Amino acid sequence: MEFGFTSAAYVVAAILFILSLGGLSGQESAKRAVWYGIAGMALAVFATLIGPGSGFWILSVVLVAAGGVIGWQLATRVQMTQMPELVAAMHSLVGLAAVFVGYIAHIELGRVMAMDEVGRAALEGFAALLAKKDGVEIGILRVELFLGVFVGAITFTGSVIAYGKLAGKVDTAAVKLPGGHMLNAGAAALSALCLIWYFNSGGFFPLFLMTLAALFIGYHLIMGIGGADMPVVVSMLNSYSGWAAAAIGFSLGNDLLIVVGALVGSSGAILSYIMCKAMNRSFISVILGGFGGPAGEQMAVEGEQIAIDADGVTTALEEADSVIIIPGYGMAVAQAQQNVAELTRRLRAKGKDVRFAIHPVAGRLPGHMNVLLAEAKVPYDIVLEMDEINEDFPNTDVAIVIGSNDIVNPAAQDDPNSPIAGMPVLECWKAKQVFVSKRGQGTGYSGIENPLFYKDNTRMFYGDAKASLDSLLQKIS
Amino acid sequence: MKIGAPKEVFDSEARVALTPQSAEQLQKLGYECVVQSGAGDKARFSDQVYREAGVEVVDSAEALYAASDIVLKVRAPEGGELDHFRRGQILVSFIWPAQNEALLETLKEKGVTAIAMDMVPRISRAQKMDALSSMANIGGYRAVVEASNNFGRFFTGQVTAAGKVPPAKILVIGAGVAGLAAIGAAQSMGAIVRAFDVRPEVAEQIESMGAEFLFLDFEDSQDGAATGGYAAPSSPEFREKQLALFREQAPEIDIVITTALIPGRDAPKLWLKDMVEAMKPGSIVVDLAAERGGNCDMTVMDQMIETENGVRVIGYTDLVSRMATQSSTLYSTNLRHMMTDLTPEKDGVPVVNMEDDVIRGATVTHEGEITFPPPPPKVAAIAKVEPKKVVQKTPEELAAEEVEAFKAQTRNQVTLIAIGAALLLSVGLVAPASFMQHFIVFVLAVFVGFQVIWGVAHSLHTPLMAVTNAISSIIILGALTQIGSGSFLVILLAALAVFMTGINIFGGFLVTRRMLAMFQKS
Repeated sequence: MEFGFTSAAYVVAAILFILSLGGLSGQESAKRAVWYGIAGMALAVFATLIGPGSGFWILSVVLVAAGGVIGWQLATRVQMTQMPELVAAMHSLVGLAAVFVGYIAHIELGRVMAMDEVGRAALEGFAALLAKKDGVEIGILRVELFLGVFVGAITFTGSVIAYGKLAGKVDTAAVKLPGGHMLNAGAAALSALCLIWYFNSGGFFPLFLMTLAALFIGYHLIMGIGGADMPVVVSMLNSYSGWAAAAIGFSLGNDLLIVVGALVGSSGAILSYIMCKAMNRSFISVILGGFGGPAGEQMAVEGEQIAIDADGVTTALEEADSVIIIPGYGMAVAQAQQNVAELTRRLRAKGKDVRFAIHPVAGRLPGHMNVLLAEAKVPYDIVLEMDEINEDFPNTDVAIVIGSNDIVNPAAQDDPNSPIAGMPVLECWKAKQVFVSKRGQGTGYSGIENPLFYKDNTRMFYGDAKASLDSLLQKIS
Repeated sequence: MKIGAPKEVFDSEARVALTPQSAEQLQKLGYECVVQSGAGDKARFSDQVYREAGVEVVDSAEALYAASDIVLKVRAPEGGELDHFRRGQILVSFIWPAQNEALLETLKEKGVTAIAMDMVPRISRAQKMDALSSMANIGGYRAVVEASNNFGRFFTGQVTAAGKVPPAKILVIGAGVAGLAAIGAAQSMGAIVRAFDVRPEVAEQIESMGAEFLFLDFEDSQDGAATGGYAAPSSPEFREKQLALFREQAPEIDIVITTALIPGRDAPKLWLKDMVEAMKPGSIVVDLAAERGGNCDMTVMDQMIETENGVRVIGYTDLVSRMATQSSTLYSTNLRHMMTDLTPEKDGVPVVNMEDDVIRGATVTHEGEITFPPPPPKVAAIAKVEPKKVVQKTPEELAAEEVEAFKAQTRNQVTLIAIGAALLLSVGLVAPASFMQHFIVFVLAVFVGFQVIWGVAHSLHTPLMAVTNAISSIIILGALTQIGSGSFLVILLAALAVFMTGINIFGGFLVTRRMLAMFQKS
């Protein structure tokens, strides 16, 4: 009876999770969708606690509650600009948990195998499940468990490094140890050998060795990916944490784990795909790190960057009827979203048409800019995607680029030899006038010269984005 | 080194090459400035103001030329002015070297280094010294003002208690800087503006100023980029078509402003006698090309005439000079930028660097030699725009394409499904039943995941990450089912896993909620 109840609860929980993800298709339904997710999770945990195999449930509840308090603190204190770090950090927890659960399964398996018939009959829960397995099934179980630990370990170190890079604690440039991809390939080959060894022996050592190799792969893989590719990395790690859960679900014979793991895994995979497409790069080339080598000499950029002061920008804004703002990672770094929102409110109060153009890979997390603008209370119906707004630039009086670079680089369209050739970009240079708020004359993350800055209708508004906007706000009432 | 600006000797020239403002900037470059008394009077800059700006004021032209190492002028030197120059002096002014060979010869004989502001190449780096453009801008504006001054009606259409006023219709021929400035000025006064240019690529600029581009359908259109952004002479067939277009417009146009110039040639005749005759009485023709013979047949240089049918044709050549304060300010700023480029060290010592594209292009005599014409600049002025060819597809072709796309899609899907099914079946052949049960669940879940996630809005990708992160903590179930059974090590590992996923569950969901609550509609 109890077991039947747990299964039923799992079905309901799985449906709630699916509804939760599906509900994210719109801003309004999303608010409801979170509650589906919360309800699903509560139901699943509750059903497991009263279900077979669990003991020490007081300890469990206490631990969950203690974790919950920390989670609560983290979630309420975190700045919206730090969202990428937080998400990366939380992925590492899932990865580590998957490794632990995999190890537990290994220990349990060893214990059950060592028992005699009588002892086995007395078992219950997971151990009982193990006891019933025949030779082939044990083999499959080992493979599943091994995969779960492998993916979990990669997720763990990968997420830790991603967190470090996003939080600025690790150098964001792509770093590779000598040997490069060969090291990764070597570690992967070692893991494959360990799998065969473990499959045949069931010993602890191959599992442990593989874990070390996987931890190294996670570390080295993410170290080799530059900061601009972080949206892909974070969504990829998200995907990995899902696959790890699914693999563990197989070894535990738990369908809910499998379902949820598969949902999360495919969600992360799709996000990675969308991000890669937005950068016009193959998934493989992002993962292997670095841009593909340019086919020839890049076009030389002719002209000079012409600076402008706040008065000039103010005058242009006062005269403009339509304005499009293009935020990028620089806005997040300078914490300038509140000022941007205030500027938007004032311009809109004057009857000007102000909109935002968001490139899919702007920022360090998929949808990063949307969240920041929402935090600053910019209404979401004036925040538009690249495809929705790109055609409107020729009819726009002023485009303001705040802390973005590569996503507004015309070389992607004009220069077939540019490393970012073919990447879809926001065609802001077609607006009558473009202002670029930028700290200095340096290049963007990809280190590519941006011809936009040299165009005749572009004026450079140098300075920290927040300070620049402050000076604008003083002049625009 | 001293920079001096003499009083212009040409009669109707009111501009001056040095303003108190530009003098201050030049002093920052390390130069001393000197000006001839009364040089700025017509442009409303008194000697007193110059003195206040730290400029030395000398009484005569002789004294000025004697004192200055560098002479800034507006018009090319003529007659007696040339006698004052000495070897080694630098002259910066308009020179028009192609039309003034004798002048070049004289400057060469005198050993003067002459820098022609009209020869500054049209590249973006040199825009700040492009005096032709800044003067043309003023000329275009003033042309509209002169037209309005002589036009007996409003520009803007009005409906008043005393009757309805039709808006003025203005045709601007030649959309260079002057043409565009005229369009802007006329447009802001409320007139209906049409504009024509032989270079089709300026259509966008014309439309951006709010005027209507008169499109001439002719195959062999000009590519302005090949001639450095200027118009080139057109073929006789093209000219005929163009004139036919103008003839058609003439009866309904109130004001015509012609600005068509071809570098180094007489102005093309575009507004012929019969067109003037076709215009209504009271109409105006402003010919900005009057100095070079005029675009209009009836133009008389420096005069306004009235034809028999009451059309006024304005041929003033001093439009820019009529706004001397403004034009002096802009021109002196152009000169100042030129001096900045000539003084790389900011130490008051000019360096005529013949390797520099801009300086090389503008220098017409140097060290006793004539250096005109310059070699072509190393960089093209304007990126060449390839004409786009749009092939219109017939409905049949479109339909065929759709069918083709549909077929391809079907083929793709069927192939994928077949491969997937084959894989699944082959797994089923070897794997035990208990595994297959879970495997089917897994495959279905992946499938559902793919279907669902595609629908997620772009802007909600971050909340999606947060929520998937929260629900991936479902791995807590694995830890919970095992925490009770087994050794101390198992309990420890399980407890740690439970604790970590606990952080994740609460943190993930809360942060998602926080984010979603922020999304607001306007």
